[in-house]
Amino acid sequence: MAEPGSGAGPGNQPVAPDFANWSCPLPLRNHDRIVMGHGGGGRLSAELIEHLFLPAFVSGVDDGGDKAGAGPVELHDAAVVLSEGLAPGERLAISTDSYVVRPLFFPGGCIGDLAVNGTVNDVSMAGARPVALSAGFVLTEGLELAVLGRVVESMGAAARSAGVRVVTGDTKVIDRFIDGSPSAGRGDEGLYINTTGVGVIPAGVDIRPTRAAPGDAVIVSGPIGLHGVAVMSQREGLAFGTSLATDSAPLNGLVAAMVEVADIHMLRDPTRGGVAASLCEIADTAGVGIAYEESLLPVPDEVAAACSFLGLDPVNVANEGRLLAMVAGADVDIVLAAMAGHPQGRQACVIGRVVEDHPGIVVAKTPFGATRVVDLPLGEQLPRIC
Amino acid sequence: MKYLDEFRDPALARNLLARINRLVADRSADEPPLAIMEVCGGQTHAIIRNGIDQLLPDAIELIHGPGCPVCVTPLNIIDKALAIAARPDVVFCSFGDMLRVPGTGRDLNSVRSEGGDVRIVYSPLDAVNLAEDNPDRQVVFFAIGFETTAPANAMAVHQARALGLDNFSVLVSHVLVPPAIEAIASSPTSRVDGFLAAGHVCSVMGTRQYGPLVERFGLPIVVTGFEPLDVLEGIRRATAQLVEGRAELDNAYPRVVSEPGNVPAQQMVNDVFTVCDRQWRGIGMIPASGWCLSDRYAEFDAETRFEVGTIDTPESAVCRSGEVLQGLIKPNQCEAFGGQCTPRTPLGATMVSSEGACAAYYQYRRLDGSPAEVGVG
Repeated sequence: MAEPGSGAGPGNQPVAPDFANWSCPLPLRNHDRIVMGHGGGGRLSAELIEHLFLPAFVSGVDDGGDKAGAGPVELHDAAVVLSEGLAPGERLAISTDSYVVRPLFFPGGCIGDLAVNGTVNDVSMAGARPVALSAGFVLTEGLELAVLGRVVESMGAAARSAGVRVVTGDTKVIDRFIDGSPSAGRGDEGLYINTTGVGVIPAGVDIRPTRAAPGDAVIVSGPIGLHGVAVMSQREGLAFGTSLATDSAPLNGLVAAMVEVADIHMLRDPTRGGVAASLCEIADTAGVGIAYEESLLPVPDEVAAACSFLGLDPVNVANEGRLLAMVAGADVDIVLAAMAGHPQGRQACVIGRVVEDHPGIVVAKTPFGATRVVDLPLGEQLPRIC
Repeated sequence: MKYLDEFRDPALARNLLARINRLVADRSADEPPLAIMEVCGGQTHAIIRNGIDQLLPDAIELIHGPGCPVCVTPLNIIDKALAIAARPDVVFCSFGDMLRVPGTGRDLNSVRSEGGDVRIVYSPLDAVNLAEDNPDRQVVFFAIGFETTAPANAMAVHQARALGLDNFSVLVSHVLVPPAIEAIASSPTSRVDGFLAAGHVCSVMGTRQYGPLVERFGLPIVVTGFEPLDVLEGIRRATAQLVEGRAELDNAYPRVVSEPGNVPAQQMVNDVFTVCDRQWRGIGMIPASGWCLSDRYAEFDAETRFEVGTIDTPESAVCRSGEVLQGLIKPNQCEAFGGQCTPRTPLGATMVSSEGACAAYYQYRRLDGSPAEVGVG
C-alpha cells in the first residue's frame, strides 16, 4: 500500500491507483465527541453501551437478593426486576425526574450522582426501598465523550453507594443546530439525564402528605442550603469562592432506619424551592398549618453569608441530600435517635410543628418573636437588586 | 458570623424595642400614630422578613416607601424593554428580578420563551463583556435602580466607549431618592412624619442632599441600614426626634455612610448621566427624579438606537398604589385589591414586589382573614 501522502510522486507525476490494495475507508469510530450516530441505535450506540454504560453500571452492586441485572448481562428491551414478586402488604413506588443542572460539575458532585441520588431519594420519600433505576440520556452533538464518561462513572458510583442497580437506559443525540440556530445546550455542556426509580414499600409503611396531622413534629435531617449555594458559586457570571460542597447523597438508608423505629407520617426531600416550598406544598395538600422557628433552622454560616449577599433566603435554596419528616410528637425522640445513628441524619433536629391553625399556610416565627407567612416562590429564585 | 450576627441579635433587638416603647409610653391612644416611612425596598424587606412592623408599639406606624427600583419602573419602560428584547439581533441583559415584572400582557420571561435572547447578568460589566465577545449582535443592558446601582451602570457605558463598542447600549430607567422624598413630603395629603433614608444610596451619594429637605419640610430624616438592628435603631432615632419635637438629619449607619459619600462613584455617574424627569409606577411624573444618559453618551441610548421612544403605555386607571404608598389608604380599600390585582397579576408597584404593601397585605389576609387588624404601614 502506498505510503501516506505519496498519491502524487516526485515531480507530481500522477500514480496509477492500486486497486488490488484499495479498501473502502472505514468509518471513523474512535470519536472523542458525541456524533449524531451515537443516538442512532446502530453500531456506535452499541459501542457506547458496551464500553461506557455497562462498565459503569454493571459491576459490584449488592442487589440485596433481587436478581435485577445480576450475572452476565443479557441486553433486552426491558429489564426484569423483583423476580421473586412482592410479599403481602408490600407495594411498588415509582418516581421519575429529569436533570438539567448547569454547570455539569460543581463542588462535591455532578449531574450524574445528582440524577441517581435525586431519584433514589424521591422513591425513598414514599418509605420505599429503591431497587432499580433507569437512565435516559439526551446528549447534544459535540459533547466530549470524556465528559460523558465522568458523568456516567459518577452515576455508577452513586448507584453502588445507594445499593441500587441501573437496569435499563436509553441514549438520544440531538442536532447542535435546529433550523440553523443553536439547539438547547452548547456542545460542551449538552447533557441531560432522566432517571426513573422503582422501589418496594414495606408492609405497614404509609407515608403521604395527608397523614401530616396537627401535633406532628417537623424534623429536618441536617444543614440546609448547601447544594443550591454550591451550584450557584460555580455559575457563569456569579462565580464566588466557597469551600461549600453539595449535600447530594442517597437517603434510602436513613429512611429505612426511620421507618423501622416509628410510624413516619410524611417525608419530603426539599430540593428545588427548598424547605419553604416543600412545607408549603405539604400544608396545601394536607390542609394543615405548619409553623417553624427560624432560629431552629440549621443554616451553616457560609450558606447564610452567601444568601445574604445574593439576596436569597436559605429556606428557598435547594438541597439534594436532606429530608423533612413529620412524625407524631410522642415519636420524636426515638426517630431522632434512629437518625443520629446514620451518616445522613447525624445533625437532624426539630424545626417546627404541624398545627390546626391557618390550614394550608406555612408560618415562620422570626428570632425577634414576630411571625410571617412563608409563600411558595413564584418561579426560579433570583437574586434581588436592592 | 462577623458583621452579620451582631446586627441580627434578638436580645439587642428586644432592648431596642423596649427603648422605642419607652419613648412613646406617654402618648395617648387618641393621638394618631407617628408615621415613619422607610424609603428603601431593602429596608421594607428586612421589616417584613423579620416581622419588625408587628413588634412595634401601636403608636408607631411604618409606611413602606417607593424605594424598590423594580416596582417603580413604569409600564412604558417595561414595554420598551419587551420590544427591544424581542428583536432577533439583540441580546437583552437584565438583573434577574426584572424578568417577571409584567408589562402589557407579558414579561421578559415570556419574551425569552418566544425566542428572545434575554440573559440574567449579575453585573453590568458582564453585559459589556458579552458585547465584546459577540461583535455581530446588539447587546442591550437594562440599567435600572436608584443611586446605588448607577455607578456600576455608568462604569459599563464608560467601559463600552473606552473599548470602542458600537454594539452595546443601555435602556436607562434610573430613579433618585431625594426627589421622591420631596414629592411625598410636599403632597398636601401626606401623613409621613419622618423618613428613614436609604443607607446604601447614601453610601454612594453621601448625606448632604438631605439637610435641605429636613429644613424645608421640618421632618426628621435618619440614614438607616438594612439589618434588623439597623432598622430598629433608625426607627428609634426617628421616634426620639418626633417625640422631642426635633427635626434633624441623623446618620444611624455610619459604618457604611459618610457625609461626602463615594466621590469617585459620583464623578463617574455625573459624567455618564444627567438628571431628567421620570415617571414612577404608581406615583406618576416626578420632576428631576431620574437619570438618563448625558449628551456625551447619547449614542449608547437603546431607546433611540431601536426606535422605541414612541412607546407610551398608560398606567392602570384602577390602581391606587400611589395612595397606598403615601399611607392614605389601606391596600384592601382599593377596588382592584385581591380580585383584578393579585401578586400573580399585579397592577401596581405595591403588588409587584413581594414586600410591597399590597403584596404583604395579601399574604396576611391569607393568614387570618382579618387584614384590618394587621398593620402593614
